[in-house]
Amino acid sequence: MTVDTVLTASLRGEAIKTTCAYCGVGCGVLATVDADRHFSISGDLEHPANFGRLCVKGSALGETVGLEGRLLYPAIGGVRADWDHTTTYIASQLKDIIAEHGPEAVAFYVSGQFLTEDYYVVNKLAKGFIGTPNVDTNSRLCMSSAVAGHKRAFGTDTVPNSYEDFEHADLLTFVGSNAAWCHPILYQRIKKAKANNPEMKIVSIDPRKTDTNEIVDLHLPIKSGMDVLLFNYLLVEVSKSPALNTTYIDQFTDGLADALLAAQRDVALGDVAERLGVDGVTLAQFVEWFIATPKAMTLFSMGVNQSGQGTDKVNAIINVHLATGRIGSEGAGPFSLTGQPNAMGGREVGGLANMLAAHLDIHEPSHRALVQDFWQSPTMIEKQGLKAVDLFDAVATGKVKAVWIMATNPIVSMPNADRVRDALANCPLVIVSDVIADTDCTRVADVVLPALGWGEKDGTVTNSERCISRQRGILAGAGESRADWWALAQVAQKMGFEGFDYQSARDVFVEHAALSGVDNQEGGVLRDFDISALSALTQGEYDALNPIQWPIKLVDQKLVGTQRLFEQGGFFTTNRRAKIVPVQNVATGNVTSNEFPYALNTGRIRDQWHTMTRTGLTSRLTRHIGEPFAELNPKDAEKLHVSSGDILQINSQWGQALARVIISDGQQPGMVFVPIHWNGINSTQSRIGAVVNPVVDPYSGQPECKHTPVMLKKAALNTHGFIMSLNSLNLIKADYAVNVRTLNGFRHEFAFTDDMLHETNLNLSEWLSSQVVVPVQAERMEYIDLAQGIVRFAWVLDQQLIAFAAIASNPDARATLPPRSWLDDQLGQEVSSVTRRTLLSGLAADPNSDVGPIVCSCFSVGKNTITRAIHAQNLTTVAAVGQCLKAGTNCGSCQSEIFRLLEQECKPVASAV
Amino acid sequence: MQAQILPATQENSNPKRARLVVIGNGMAAMRTVEELLHLEPDLYDITVIGREPHGNYNRIMLSPVLSGEKSFQEIMLHTPEWYVMHGIKLISGIVAESVHRKRREVTLSNGGVVGYDRLLIATGSNPFVIPMPGHQHPSVIQFRDIQDVEKMVEAAANLSGQRAIVLGGGLLGLEAANGLVKRGVKVTVVHDIDYLLNRQLDREAANLLQAALESRGIEFVIGVKSDHIVIDEAGNMCGLAFKDREMIECSMLVMAVGVRPNVALAKSMGLQVDKAVLTDDTMQTSDPRVYAVGECVQHRGALFGLVAPLFDQAKVCASHLAEHGIRRYIQKATATTLKVTGVNLYSAGDFSGEGSEALIMRDHSNSVYKKLFIKDNKLVGAVLYGDIQDGVAYFDLIQRGADISAQRHTLIFTPDHTSDDSSVKELQGAA
Repeated sequence: MTVDTVLTASLRGEAIKTTCAYCGVGCGVLATVDADRHFSISGDLEHPANFGRLCVKGSALGETVGLEGRLLYPAIGGVRADWDHTTTYIASQLKDIIAEHGPEAVAFYVSGQFLTEDYYVVNKLAKGFIGTPNVDTNSRLCMSSAVAGHKRAFGTDTVPNSYEDFEHADLLTFVGSNAAWCHPILYQRIKKAKANNPEMKIVSIDPRKTDTNEIVDLHLPIKSGMDVLLFNYLLVEVSKSPALNTTYIDQFTDGLADALLAAQRDVALGDVAERLGVDGVTLAQFVEWFIATPKAMTLFSMGVNQSGQGTDKVNAIINVHLATGRIGSEGAGPFSLTGQPNAMGGREVGGLANMLAAHLDIHEPSHRALVQDFWQSPTMIEKQGLKAVDLFDAVATGKVKAVWIMATNPIVSMPNADRVRDALANCPLVIVSDVIADTDCTRVADVVLPALGWGEKDGTVTNSERCISRQRGILAGAGESRADWWALAQVAQKMGFEGFDYQSARDVFVEHAALSGVDNQEGGVLRDFDISALSALTQGEYDALNPIQWPIKLVDQKLVGTQRLFEQGGFFTTNRRAKIVPVQNVATGNVTSNEFPYALNTGRIRDQWHTMTRTGLTSRLTRHIGEPFAELNPKDAEKLHVSSGDILQINSQWGQALARVIISDGQQPGMVFVPIHWNGINSTQSRIGAVVNPVVDPYSGQPECKHTPVMLKKAALNTHGFIMSLNSLNLIKADYAVNVRTLNGFRHEFAFTDDMLHETNLNLSEWLSSQVVVPVQAERMEYIDLAQGIVRFAWVLDQQLIAFAAIASNPDARATLPPRSWLDDQLGQEVSSVTRRTLLSGLAADPNSDVGPIVCSCFSVGKNTITRAIHAQNLTTVAAVGQCLKAGTNCGSCQSEIFRLLEQECKPVASAV
Repeated sequence: MQAQILPATQENSNPKRARLVVIGNGMAAMRTVEELLHLEPDLYDITVIGREPHGNYNRIMLSPVLSGEKSFQEIMLHTPEWYVMHGIKLISGIVAESVHRKRREVTLSNGGVVGYDRLLIATGSNPFVIPMPGHQHPSVIQFRDIQDVEKMVEAAANLSGQRAIVLGGGLLGLEAANGLVKRGVKVTVVHDIDYLLNRQLDREAANLLQAALESRGIEFVIGVKSDHIVIDEAGNMCGLAFKDREMIECSMLVMAVGVRPNVALAKSMGLQVDKAVLTDDTMQTSDPRVYAVGECVQHRGALFGLVAPLFDQAKVCASHLAEHGIRRYIQKATATTLKVTGVNLYSAGDFSGEGSEALIMRDHSNSVYKKLFIKDNKLVGAVLYGDIQDGVAYFDLIQRGADISAQRHTLIFTPDHTSDDSSVKELQGAA
């Protein structure tokens, strides 16, 4: 099938196999779409990553690919332009900059959400044609430490095992991973495996107690940044135990002695359990289990990678697996859980500043020559380029004059993100390719290019287990959106470069596959990444490609993938032996102090993805957690005098953010966790990237997002409020403001430092109603308690709640606002008369609050109240009703009506008796 | 001694019993008698003297009778048979002309004399008639008793499209206007203050009420000073003339501008009378043998027009007449409702707004308006329009002076008047 035939098939309502757009698990998806772009999504039962399961984000894919918020046309300086004109403009601008400042003044910052084909073209254009090594990617923030660790140990960036091994393991250790939220499908697979194998033990090494703990047998809540010490200790203990696999060590590895020495030195510095912050029994149990369990998998993720010592942490983990020979075998090995759908595909094409292509190295002249020859390129870079943090520094200092940002949002995700924002705002040429029109980055862009979204783009991705899967174009691109590889190739051609006349993603892919095979042999430039068996794929074969794990061989004309590597050595270092790397625990890049006494940890939440530009579009994914939060230990909350729902001010020496307090035992004292997702479009001050320190790992350049010293205090906010509305409003200009998608509309939370009523004398009613846009014929209800600075409005149109607004301006303002969840659900719903009475309280009405027409005027007793009392208390006389409800006991004029009610209500009872 | 308390003129079934004479056969008087019978059914020989020629009826319910929603029979509280059954002598259609306190005798308008040992004065009030030119015209009707209602009903039947003016936009005036409109009369309410029910509502609620009544066909002329009733040469009523606007034509005028305590008898007896008969906290007048209840009473400077305080007074008075002597009358906040079917309004306590904080809820398109007044974290007043179902809860909170700070933010929606400490104790005590 070609792209066109896929499109046609999808329009016939056929389910198309593709892969999910989000995390590194790379789940197979079955997607059906109708002519109105309405998707139905289910898991692909045959895909080896998920076997039919999907998490909530994947299930909601169809709800995030609508046309809402899409960038539909190219534009230069905010003015719509056509593709031809825009790419010509970019080409000439780049040429001018190169002519004046040299090729390294041009940088590309791309994304783990790129398809491999996009990645391949950007890398080729930059490194081989423009001649700039400055191509980096948001994968730098994700798993570059794993890459560096793999390369140091294996000589190549290789994940030795497969997901299936999780199911064979008897001991599975999560390190710095909340898989329950971040890799839900793998977590579910593990959960099921544990249910099937009661002997299976699961350990979590994580400063936080997270949802992953549900299946954990042993939790080691180590102090932030102490992973190297833990695994060094484990190595020392292993070395004294029968688990030390001398055969494997002798045959396939180097460096144990040095590594052990380093570990012993580390361990000798003091009581390990105490330094880790865990109790000795727990630590001993973990060591005992590890030593005793040959089938041991260690799954590590951002808690390991996002560290100033991330590479060493990765090697500390790999070391114990090499020393025990537990690697690349069934149920045993270290395993990097990647964050993005194509983090690994990017690595394969060399889409990072310190890589070349096809797992080749920049610093090796033979590798450079191989690639240049293959590309027939005019130039070839000779050194590594700038990694993400340095790259934006270079933008800030003016060394980089042009940056093309594709499929990522560094103003939100980078550490020291305010500096990134300012740098980009001052950069002479910022080109942004995105699917969404209004993002933090498009706001500072000189040129914007509409990219294809999930469901539209066509190509391949590689997941965490080296599995290459097709992501298929099911829909025609929205508006004038085009593939990123196509946009890059257009610019390349207009800059006068040859070798970019690709007609399809397949054309790019086969070239990439061919490169992986060039001179890839013993005696040549041997490497494990070899997919050259795919280099002859026809368009039809490419479109029909089934998921397959590299390296790939052609055996009897059949494609054969590789499930595991290194069980019998065969590493890709010069001597084909793995390196056990000596590592020692060091302090975090910045340590807490009196001024900044808390350690900020950042991460993902279950239902959101990255900077929310897509997952923020559906209430299915915002209902779990709608607002940015800061999770604190109860002791710290007490110390800081904050309670749940207060807004916490988080300051580091780099920046400030605001988030709602959540109090949880799962958080260690002295630490605060804040999610990474909120951006500058949906919040005023909740981009946590602005606070994160730009400390990086010396090998991988990965930022230490998991540890920034911060000062915490309750934000001095004296006016709080929110607006719910069927239609989206602009972010309210307030000291704290967040827009949240709700079931049928939007909620706009806000807070001001000033007591707006008492300090600025604001007319609250006027201000609040000026923030809301509703049709003139809407009925407005209002509640006003001016003494306490409280105003609430509700707008009802045709019996339907279309908007609700509340503001409270007083020292205790936050607590005086109604809760949101019930109101969120009411928006867009019919307002019953019972609900309407108490709607402005924001609380669900008691169904008994409908008293019915008033019968006793003196005591305002209604018919329904009397009827209910008659039944509930078996009342039979007017006097009894009076005694119970007072009804009829004053003027008595309603007694005859009460009598009639008694007759009416008691008759059926009487006749029944 | 025994001889002195013998009845002067009438037979006495039990010569040993003391004689209680009740002047007035209205709601306050009869509630006192009922309470007394409940406490001490055999203590007195009771005689009730009533001006109106029937038993006791529910005066509050005259409006529904006027509007045709209820019959007179339906609002009867005590029929002549009831008096007989309880051994009470009812002298109806007769007025007590004078009282000789030394002889302890009441002289009746028919010349009869009734002796008493205890006397209860419950003469109520008289409608106030503005003494403007023309006020004595027979088509000027008050709205006080069943005869007035009958007069209005009869007049309404004969008006045939001509207008009636109701002078006074208070409770009675509006009820009269509503009743007349229901009987097919074209009605204009004339009110001298610039909003209706100015003693029971605030301006905003009054405006809602006015709009609701206008939609029922009642016209309003508000904030005007009437001057005189215009009568033509043939002696027919033509209209009402004003000081500051042109005349409005009418053939009937209902004067509903308030009442004055009926204190003529008390004054003539030499009791202490200010605006009304002065009583102490036991409802005793300046003569220890004489008690007073109801609209003719002035207690600690206050006069009374609503039924709730009258019933409280009845209870206190009865306990003293019964010689239990344990109760004291304490004034409480009062609540008002309007007897106009379909119009719900309720006000209670102090809603002047002076020194208080206001909570306001508006749902104008649903004709709902609520305003609560809070002073020192206590609810002191409430005005409810359209949705009055929580009126009693507010009234209860006002009366108890309960601290509402914990429920301030839900008070206007779902008042909780049961979770006060005292009621918790009560419940615990009961358990």
